[in-house]
Amino acid sequence: MDNNYISMKNINKSFGKVVANRNINLAVRRGEIHALLGENGSGKSTLMNMLSGVYTPDSGSIFIKGKEVQFAAPKDAIEAGIGMIYQHFKLIDVMTAKENIILGRKNSFLMNEKTLSDKIRDMSARFGLDIDPDKKVYNMSVGEKQTLEILKVLYRGAEILILDEPTAVLTPQETEKLFKIMRKMKEEGCAVIFITHKLNEVMEVADRITVLRKGETVMTVDKADTNPKHLTELMMGCPADLSIKRIETEKNNVAMEVRNLSAVNSEGIKVLKGMSFDIYSGEILGVAGIAGSGQKELCEAIAGLHPVKQGEIVFNGENLVGKSPAEIITKGVSLSFIPEDRLGMGLVASMDIVNNVVLKLYQKQKGIFIDRKPAEQKSVEIIERLSIQTPGIKHPVRMLSGGNIQKVLLGRELDSRPQVLITAYPVRGLDVNSCYTIYDLLNEEKRKGVAILYIGEDLDVLLELCDRIMVICAGEITGIVDARYTTKEQIGLMMTGTVNLMKEGEKSEHDNANNYTSH
Amino acid sequence: MIMPITIRAIKKSEPGRMKAASIRIGAIILALVASSLFILLLSLNPADVYIKMIQGAFGTAYRIKETIVKAIPLVITSLGIAIAFKMQFWNIGGEGQIAIGSFAASYFALYMNDMPMPLMLTVMILAGMLAGGLWALIPAFFKAQWGTNETIVTLMMNYIALKWVMFLQYGPWRDPKSLGFPKIANFPQNAVLPKLLGVHVGWVIALILVVVVYIFINHTKKGYEIAVIGESMNTARYAGINIKKTILIAIMLSGGLCGLVGMIQASAVNYTLSVEITGGVGYTAIITAWLAALSAPLILIVSILFAALLEGGSYIQTVFGIPQAAAEILQGIILFFVLGSEFFVRYKFVIVKKHSAIAEKGAD
Repeated sequence: MDNNYISMKNINKSFGKVVANRNINLAVRRGEIHALLGENGSGKSTLMNMLSGVYTPDSGSIFIKGKEVQFAAPKDAIEAGIGMIYQHFKLIDVMTAKENIILGRKNSFLMNEKTLSDKIRDMSARFGLDIDPDKKVYNMSVGEKQTLEILKVLYRGAEILILDEPTAVLTPQETEKLFKIMRKMKEEGCAVIFITHKLNEVMEVADRITVLRKGETVMTVDKADTNPKHLTELMMGCPADLSIKRIETEKNNVAMEVRNLSAVNSEGIKVLKGMSFDIYSGEILGVAGIAGSGQKELCEAIAGLHPVKQGEIVFNGENLVGKSPAEIITKGVSLSFIPEDRLGMGLVASMDIVNNVVLKLYQKQKGIFIDRKPAEQKSVEIIERLSIQTPGIKHPVRMLSGGNIQKVLLGRELDSRPQVLITAYPVRGLDVNSCYTIYDLLNEEKRKGVAILYIGEDLDVLLELCDRIMVICAGEITGIVDARYTTKEQIGLMMTGTVNLMKEGEKSEHDNANNYTSH
Repeated sequence: MIMPITIRAIKKSEPGRMKAASIRIGAIILALVASSLFILLLSLNPADVYIKMIQGAFGTAYRIKETIVKAIPLVITSLGIAIAFKMQFWNIGGEGQIAIGSFAASYFALYMNDMPMPLMLTVMILAGMLAGGLWALIPAFFKAQWGTNETIVTLMMNYIALKWVMFLQYGPWRDPKSLGFPKIANFPQNAVLPKLLGVHVGWVIALILVVVVYIFINHTKKGYEIAVIGESMNTARYAGINIKKTILIAIMLSGGLCGLVGMIQASAVNYTLSVEITGGVGYTAIITAWLAALSAPLILIVSILFAALLEGGSYIQTVFGIPQAAAEILQGIILFFVLGSEFFVRYKFVIVKKHSAIAEKGAD
């Protein structure tokens, strides 16, 4: 009846009392890149999990090439030609690209090695995927791993590709490459569904966009008929201001001085290679880098959680190296690290808000008993100040939505009135609205004179929010630049180590930054 | 269509209290029904058997006392295990810790018994707790230092402890007056726990410990830290909790409570040390602690019920002349249903119809 490749009609799905999808309709055509846009909890992942057979809809129907299908398991969806690329790669590190591709395929060991390699090369060429079939996964960059994931599902016969926030882990250069692949697939007649909440990417690569809000379809629009502002309004259901404010503060004294900081991991590999930088009070120093470039180790070294091999961290005239994590917290250095699973570090999922707030309070209490009264009061304050949506302070944080969970964590850290606030990925996976709340909170702290070290993923945000950006690559600082006078591309080059400002002669940081931007 | 229907277990979002309670009660009813079938096979009347089981546990003052005596070691060991489990440290070593605790207490009772009774018993209690604690400290240290698997280490150490006691019983500590019978001498009177209201004072100790452990877990900093470590090691690390130290303290306490059980059993029940001293309590307590959801007050209730099940089981053996194995099967059936119900509290079954025109709503 129509040329829709996939159509999902009146899809409903609830988890207990929570309705994740309500009468959702989605139609994707052959040869298009279709963006699925929505805030967190808008039902994007649930919908895609039904399309890939992970969940079964409560009601509604899914048609592929005009035929109704019922998926009982992901296997059925794969057979129907649907391939999903998750944010976390499902690859085996010690195997080669080729081995990962044939893994789990029937009769795979009967396959002629050479035919297989040829087939992979053929497909690589057809879709513009740049993969060496014999390279081991552990030798691959994040971008290569993602390309391999794509190749893997294509090899299994996928003609419909679902990408779940694929750019979150990529550098701008890698993102560009991915977009090229997506366009190539479109030319080959595949359908690509692209889940994201980054509007600029949507505008760059998508043909049509379906916006979801609170589990319902808002509308499907052609890219030509829309703009980022319009899309945000559709997503949020209200007019929005999209600019991140960079407030101006007086740069006064150095709050923390890091000198020649080096560290090795448990395998003896150098993860921090002689890092030196200052953080001023009343500034936000952004840290940019490809995932796994030493961000986590840097945060943990400052907080006393990762052993330091060499160098010093001077805070209020005192060297923090060798102090216990508890001592460092008491001195006024706070670390909030949002890991991929969002709950793992900082919060106790099954405990309520009070018990999570008390985590940073109880050590200052005297005696062996714990007093939860002050934490109860603080919980109420934090909920009010950050407008956290929760049925009450005794509600387990696990049951809150991602954004509210992060607000609890950040609220608690801010409440401890730190002088240095280290925050890693505070907006990881958050919807637009919650992101802005968090940026506002950080700006407020900055105004109060707190020195903030902000480890981020999104370069656009780093450029708008931070005063200076420190770029790291493989545990090394490759440049500290003024965020006002630099571009995404320049940072991207430093992230890969192609450009290293720190090695260019004996110039000071600021000279370097200015020098570079004047090119 | 060869397989049109598949059944899948799906994790429930959040079980309601009422619903969980009704599932558990349903499980007990089903257990009684299933046991009835078994009892009918033995050509007995199920109702009679159940009544006799209850009578066997609570029917007379004497039987109530016996049930309490059985419950005391279960309560204290479960409390000890609960502390470790709260930290997600799977202490399967209760048996060994009980054995070593009773060994240490017995040493003083047998060879340094020249003390007045209060001092004697105090020394024995401290020795039992310290020995049990130190015995548990070994796997805790390995875990804290190198991240070894505590399940294996605690389990294996049970055998070492039990064989050590056996070695003493058959070797150096054998009572020369026992005419070659492998038995250790009975404790002198000053090393036996006195009775209060007809039952040895272990019940007072158990009740006090229920309160103490409840306060420890819910209202002290250490108890809170233990819970945080159990839930998320990383969160604990980021909060600046000294993880190694907390693991050592918690497991020392856990083992210490088990060691105390060893002392109580040797002093008040067996009046001596023997390989039978543990009676499997170290393992049974894992079940009771788990059934009680690691809550101290619930441990008290569950342990008494469990002891009643054991007492009632042995009583019907004599009344109906059924073999011990048959009584144990009944206990097993009841436990199977009660433990199995926990699965249904957390999961529900959904019938998935494949390739049907209308997508079925998941049946609850």
